[in-house]
Amino acid sequence: MNVEFVLNGRRVSAIVDADDSLYKMLRSLGMHSVKCGCETTNCGLCTVHMDGKAVLSCSVPAARCAGHEITTLEGMQEEAARLGACLAGEGAEQCGFCAPGLMMNVFALAKENPHATAAEIDAFLAGNLCRCSGYVSQRRAIMKYLEQVTGEVRA
Amino acid sequence: MSGKKSGRVIGGVGVPVPKKDAPALLTGKPVYTADIAPRDCLCVKLMHSPHAHAMIEEIDVSRAQKLPGVACVLTYKDVPGTRFTQAGQTYPEFSPYDRLILDRHLRCVGDPVAIVAAETEKQALAAIRLIKVKYRLLPAILDAREAMDNETLIHPEEGWRALVPACGADNRRNLVAAGEEAQGDVEAELAACDIVIDREYSTRANQQCMMETFRAFTRIDTYGRLEVVSSTQVPFHVRRILATALEMPKSRVRVVKPRIGGGFGAKQTAVCEQYPAIVTVKTGRPAMIVYTREESMTLSSPRHAMIMHVRLGAMKDGTIRAIDLHTLSNTGAYGEHGPTTVGLSGHKSIPLYTHNMKAFRFVWHTVYTNTMSAGAYRGYGATQGLFAVESAVNELAHALHMDPAALREKNIVREGETMPAYYGETAQSCTIDRCIARAKEMIGWAEKYPARTLENGHIRAVGMALAMQGSGISGVDTGAVMIRLGDDGIYNMSIGATDMGTGCDTILAQMAAQSLECPVDNITVHGVDTDTSPYDCGSYASSTTYVTGMAVVKTCEELRKKIVRVGAQLMGCREDEALFEGSCVKKADESKSVTLAEIANAHMTANAEDISACVSNGSPVSPPPFMCGCAEIDLDPLTGEVKLVDYTGVVDCGTVINPNLAMRQTEGGLLQGIGMALTECPTIDSLGRTVSNSFLQYKIPARVDAPSIRVEFAPSYEPTGPFGAKSIGECVINTPSPAIADAVYNASGVRVRDLPITAEKILLGQKE
Repeated sequence: MNVEFVLNGRRVSAIVDADDSLYKMLRSLGMHSVKCGCETTNCGLCTVHMDGKAVLSCSVPAARCAGHEITTLEGMQEEAARLGACLAGEGAEQCGFCAPGLMMNVFALAKENPHATAAEIDAFLAGNLCRCSGYVSQRRAIMKYLEQVTGEVRA
Repeated sequence: MSGKKSGRVIGGVGVPVPKKDAPALLTGKPVYTADIAPRDCLCVKLMHSPHAHAMIEEIDVSRAQKLPGVACVLTYKDVPGTRFTQAGQTYPEFSPYDRLILDRHLRCVGDPVAIVAAETEKQALAAIRLIKVKYRLLPAILDAREAMDNETLIHPEEGWRALVPACGADNRRNLVAAGEEAQGDVEAELAACDIVIDREYSTRANQQCMMETFRAFTRIDTYGRLEVVSSTQVPFHVRRILATALEMPKSRVRVVKPRIGGGFGAKQTAVCEQYPAIVTVKTGRPAMIVYTREESMTLSSPRHAMIMHVRLGAMKDGTIRAIDLHTLSNTGAYGEHGPTTVGLSGHKSIPLYTHNMKAFRFVWHTVYTNTMSAGAYRGYGATQGLFAVESAVNELAHALHMDPAALREKNIVREGETMPAYYGETAQSCTIDRCIARAKEMIGWAEKYPARTLENGHIRAVGMALAMQGSGISGVDTGAVMIRLGDDGIYNMSIGATDMGTGCDTILAQMAAQSLECPVDNITVHGVDTDTSPYDCGSYASSTTYVTGMAVVKTCEELRKKIVRVGAQLMGCREDEALFEGSCVKKADESKSVTLAEIANAHMTANAEDISACVSNGSPVSPPPFMCGCAEIDLDPLTGEVKLVDYTGVVDCGTVINPNLAMRQTEGGLLQGIGMALTECPTIDSLGRTVSNSFLQYKIPARVDAPSIRVEFAPSYEPTGPFGAKSIGECVINTPSPAIADAVYNASGVRVRDLPITAEKILLGQKE
């Protein structure tokens, strides 16, 4: 079937099967930032935005995107550079494979709860696994980014 | 040995510079294997054995082959007959040559039965469902204790070969390795001891769980050769492994490593490369395999499960006189890393207690079983051995009513001491005493040991463990570095070491910047391509900082000499009158100077002398990094649930090259160790099927499970290392299991000797 939707601000269409996932469709459209780490909705690597809200693209049928707005890290390069600088300043990205999914969820967090406490950050991002970093430095980097977003200096 | 401190250096040794690849990684650029694969790649899928031990009696692929889109279906009838090992080790490998790409004899659940390549994934999976197989079931050995001398042989085949017979491999006994090392009369010393702790400990086949699963794509290059792009830690070994497996000349294989989404040792084994490779050889077409997470959990290269029997002898005053360790290691269906991992269980645990040691004995056996083949996982046997020995030391402390920290302080190896159980090497750099003192201070050991009850009835308790590792494999590991001077004085550095996210591209560039007295941004880094990169055995065995790092230092020394020579020519003076000053070469009397840019540009104009250097490095020693870890837990006595409240780690990795990256290595390693201790439970059922086959069943720590992890360094100076550095990558995973096990004992009185430490084990233990 043919699916028409908005991808990173541009109208696109794709031919998909009924059982294709949004993840598969986005990869086939060249959205290489979108990664897959588990296929069972446990790792958060495939996180993208659907109408501004974070979704796991491995579990969203491609056909469900018809008429919706999908955003990937490719479509948020300026924000990515800003959050990326915070993460890189800590060396918190390590292998980087989980970074696009994590960053998309951080952008969702910044929208929904920009004044999040450390515990709230951990809870919001609990589904974004990272095997390299031990998380501590990522939490620090995300706090710093949220400070930039809100203009609020935290203790 | 070390480079000079210089004001011209920016981002040199000791500076927390961001990783060179950070901007690409953090904007989601297509830099990983699957991102750069040709779009017309065939999709390669494997049909897996449903049985733990079976022989293929009949296999019919005719219907599968006829399915639209299917390019090829391969079975054991289609593959070369030369056995090989997937282990990425220096030739001749200790791991036996016991595999074919596809075999009629299936030795574990998941063992590949057929390879299918099709235009799409759906077509490949549909074709697999049409393959008809008749299996003859064989008795399966699932328990490592039953493997040796079992009448069922897992590798009875003629073509089985051990390239290093001295490691004790014997396929007629299901043995991959056997051996013994000893010093002194361990039995007599144990008999003379006031107390002997005699215990058995066991660990499981933990999964590395790097976020990027195994994957590779292959194609025929411009010259008709097999080009392999793989998410691997060992490109040069993969070249040799594929050439052997495919019976091709090595000159016909090229291996390229792009960015890697984590390795942790998993990708020190060529888990998947041979499957697309044979498809490309057979069809001439590009082919790619991407393992699902389930495949990565069920047919991969996990930690060797080990059963360790420790006898630890001490006097009443707490002096440890003797250690006797026997390790039984389960290598699974194939022998990858079987002979070598088992060695580390003793070599990287017993030497910690060298100071008062009169005798030790270390006996080991590694056996085949009908379970998934094990491989290399961060810690590589040391993790297992340290769980056993450090737990035994904690048990000794309790038996003697001593503080485990005080017991350790009495017995630990001191700087300058020779370690008989560590190949007779001397600890030339060691601040383990400072590691203990500081880790204790950070966690508040004096106030918190052993335990206290909170108002809500929960119990808070602390536990401690030590660790060591090596820095590369002494006398084996080799890393070369090539640096060329280019336009306007830039440097192009080629390495064969494989950055898998750890940041070795960056830290090696920092060392080069320090040595060449320039900004780190002047050093470009490229790796790895077996056609163009200088040889490096790869990034494993905690080797890169120490082994390849020293190659950087040596290469820069050589390059500085060449730059000075050309500079002297341009200035019309003798070489010994000229000095290298980073951005220029000048006469010692300051009368003349020529800039690096002028030298670089001059040497590209009708010049006969190339300004580049390539120096290789290997080390006769493997200086151990040391570490102390302290855990504070919260135990709910009603449910047995353990939560980690705090973990402090202090590491002696010699000189810290990049504090940020060394810290991330430590925090990440500690959290992996914490997962191993508490939640990661690899499990097979009675038929040998891996039940823990997804992140739902195999629980790795999430953000909410991460406690406060606090790390500091207690730097020593390693005289044989680059700028005094030792390794960091592996040592850091070793302390959590024994430290948490002791904290749990302090909280509950229950000693868990088989990992992981679950609520059930604690509750059942309390009932006993």
